[in-house]
Amino acid sequence: MQIDWRDYACGEAYDELISSPGNPRKAARHLASYLASLSGEELQDRKLSAELAIKTMGISFTVYSDAGNIDRDWPFDIIPRIISQREWQKTERGLVQRLAALNCFIDDVYNDRKIIKDKVFPEELLADSSNFRPECVGMKPALGVWAHVCGSDLIRDHKGQFRVLEDNLRVPSGVSYMLENRKVTKRVFPELFENHAILPVTEYPNQLFDTLAAISPRPLDFPEVVVLTPGIYNSAYFEHSYLAQQMGVELVEGTDLVVEDDTVYMRTINGLARVDVIYRRIDDLFLDPEMFNPDSVLGVPGLMRAWLKGNVALANAPGAGVADDKLVYTFVPDMIKYYLDEDPILPNVPSYLCNDKKQRDYVLANLDKLVVKPANESGGYGMLMGPQASKKEREAFAQKIKANPRNYMAQPLIELSTAPVVTPRNAEPRHIDLRPFILQGRESHVTPGGLTRVAMTKGSYVVNSSQGGGSKDTWVVVEGDK
Amino acid sequence: MLSRVAERIYWMGRYMERSENMARLVNVNSHLLMDLPKGIRVGWGSLINISGTGDYFRRGDTELADERTVVRFMLSDRDNPSSLLNNLSWARENARITREIIPMEAWELINDLYLDVKDNLSKSVARRERNRVLQQVITRIQQFTGLLAGCMSHNSAYDFIRTGRNLERADMTTRIVDAGSANLLPHLTGGDDVLEPYDNILWMSVLRSLSAYQMYRQHVQDRVNAEDVVTFLLQDGLFPRAVSHSLGELEACLKKLPNSDDALRAVTGVRRRVRTADIPALLQTGLKEYIDNLQLEIADIHRQIASTWFLPVAPLEATPSETVIT
Repeated sequence: MQIDWRDYACGEAYDELISSPGNPRKAARHLASYLASLSGEELQDRKLSAELAIKTMGISFTVYSDAGNIDRDWPFDIIPRIISQREWQKTERGLVQRLAALNCFIDDVYNDRKIIKDKVFPEELLADSSNFRPECVGMKPALGVWAHVCGSDLIRDHKGQFRVLEDNLRVPSGVSYMLENRKVTKRVFPELFENHAILPVTEYPNQLFDTLAAISPRPLDFPEVVVLTPGIYNSAYFEHSYLAQQMGVELVEGTDLVVEDDTVYMRTINGLARVDVIYRRIDDLFLDPEMFNPDSVLGVPGLMRAWLKGNVALANAPGAGVADDKLVYTFVPDMIKYYLDEDPILPNVPSYLCNDKKQRDYVLANLDKLVVKPANESGGYGMLMGPQASKKEREAFAQKIKANPRNYMAQPLIELSTAPVVTPRNAEPRHIDLRPFILQGRESHVTPGGLTRVAMTKGSYVVNSSQGGGSKDTWVVVEGDK
Repeated sequence: MLSRVAERIYWMGRYMERSENMARLVNVNSHLLMDLPKGIRVGWGSLINISGTGDYFRRGDTELADERTVVRFMLSDRDNPSSLLNNLSWARENARITREIIPMEAWELINDLYLDVKDNLSKSVARRERNRVLQQVITRIQQFTGLLAGCMSHNSAYDFIRTGRNLERADMTTRIVDAGSANLLPHLTGGDDVLEPYDNILWMSVLRSLSAYQMYRQHVQDRVNAEDVVTFLLQDGLFPRAVSHSLGELEACLKKLPNSDDALRAVTGVRRRVRTADIPALLQTGLKEYIDNLQLEIADIHRQIASTWFLPVAPLEATPSETVIT
């Protein structure tokens, strides 16, 4: 069926494209009328050709299951999500500000611990953090930056306000899908690019390379930068390979690297070649079997020695994950004030810490209204969606919280914003979030837009691709043009 | 270039070439059948022997196997490590691992080819459809070769792909010569002569399986005969699928790579022995032993290449993929 925006079922949530039935938002006006001009058949045709393009381009991700690891085609909805440039500029500033404060925090907790001495941040939270690495205490990475690449999850509440849901500072993934989504849209809707001024996303790989090159221990124009992957069986392997390809650097596995005299080398057909910067996509604990998990076959023995001596740079730095903790998250607005003496541009989602008795009691009494998250998990695992859970599930979860309060925090269920997706019949709203990527090196960069993830099931809030989520191309559009 | 990547890209070259050869073999046998009178059985089983996968064939005597069974085994059997589908899936896995090295279009081509073949192979048991599908496989692999020649820097990675391709090609040609002589030579030395009137047709099909017929006719004026065909396929320096030429290409690739002395020594030795072999004498005494030996020498070139450039512990060689491919 042809799309008629007058029939579009706007709900309670803020919709990114349609403000009320029949009324597209200003930045989305062209897009909405274009989509409505397509016949139902044409629309399904475009959808099919997007699926074909994804197959051919081999855009895939890996799902772990009992039956083995399955390589799945990337789920994609063809209707782009639109953000106006004016709004984005403010968001961008907020993200840069946030990462700058987070980096100050990480550098501080591994060195002087001023923020604890000044009683802005409680020491016990640090002591219990599973991502704090005592091995890194006293380390001073180049430029004072620990987290060079950050993927922050943003959601928009029912008023349309962007809020930060979490900051991913360990090995955030998804940026390659952001880049590939744009390519797919160009293949499927080439005509749309004529009538919109859309900010290009293609600069990311160059900016990433510049960020990495800036922290090289050897002062070279083109230091030897590599991407370290756990290998082809990792769910994000596609991305690792993609980024290496786009930056024109080697994609290495642990077995390709060797440490001699506290210096890292890779095994090449010419013999050993020195490595300056490693963009590692392996978790801290697997990096170096000498220092962390002795059973790790993914890592490189001696890598930490080389890093601590300053002979190789690691991005993100080991230990940066200390700020990637859902309890630490609640202190980010305080950090911004403390380190930068600025007001936070982007607000957090209101949060309750379960290690505080008063807040915990509130959480336990209101489990049916809250989303409870474990402090150190990612990918949407181990969460309780209070309003949708059964009484039994809530009771079981209450026990878990009481047993280990430090491990949990709770947030009110935010009505995530929606955007239309193509369904077999026409277009319906689905909940979405947004993961922009922020780089900090000598300069800071933010991707224009980011990866929009979609909960493809009606009414669902789960956007993770490992759990059936999909994605959309995200356009930051210059208004008033054309 | 990383040793691990060199290894994988080399195997990608080999698997792509092996896929093409597999398609050629099956296709030519199908055509040959149409030229022979009813009642004369040309063993479909010889295809299995040529590809050296007899050990994986679990449906009885290869010589007695019928067309359907053999075609399915050669093209789509997951248990046959050299089936077309497995070759393509391994080529694809290796390409996926080295995706940052090869041009994007090359990866898309391999990926597309694999997905297409996977979807259409079940249809290709019937002869008509089979020809179309296999011809497409051959064409697209040649397109792949052309795409690399035209769009990929002729760097070390490119040399490793060509190294893999030429080594595989030399190996396959020896197998085809071996199979041709095994089927055809008995009556040359006074054995079973049922097939004798059709010798000509059979040797022509051997040439056709390597797209060599036309080039052979330009080169050899005489009618198609065992001695000339074997000489052409082993010793010709100009025909791309002749063993001597493939080894020459291999030599040229290796020369451009660092530290290539040991590998080069292995290749030049084999090439010299191929070029100076006394074919008429070998045809009398039995080609089989000579070819078996040649295949061992080719395998040794691979070992030299591996020990010079690849990682000390080979992470993937014969079975590059454990993922479930859906």
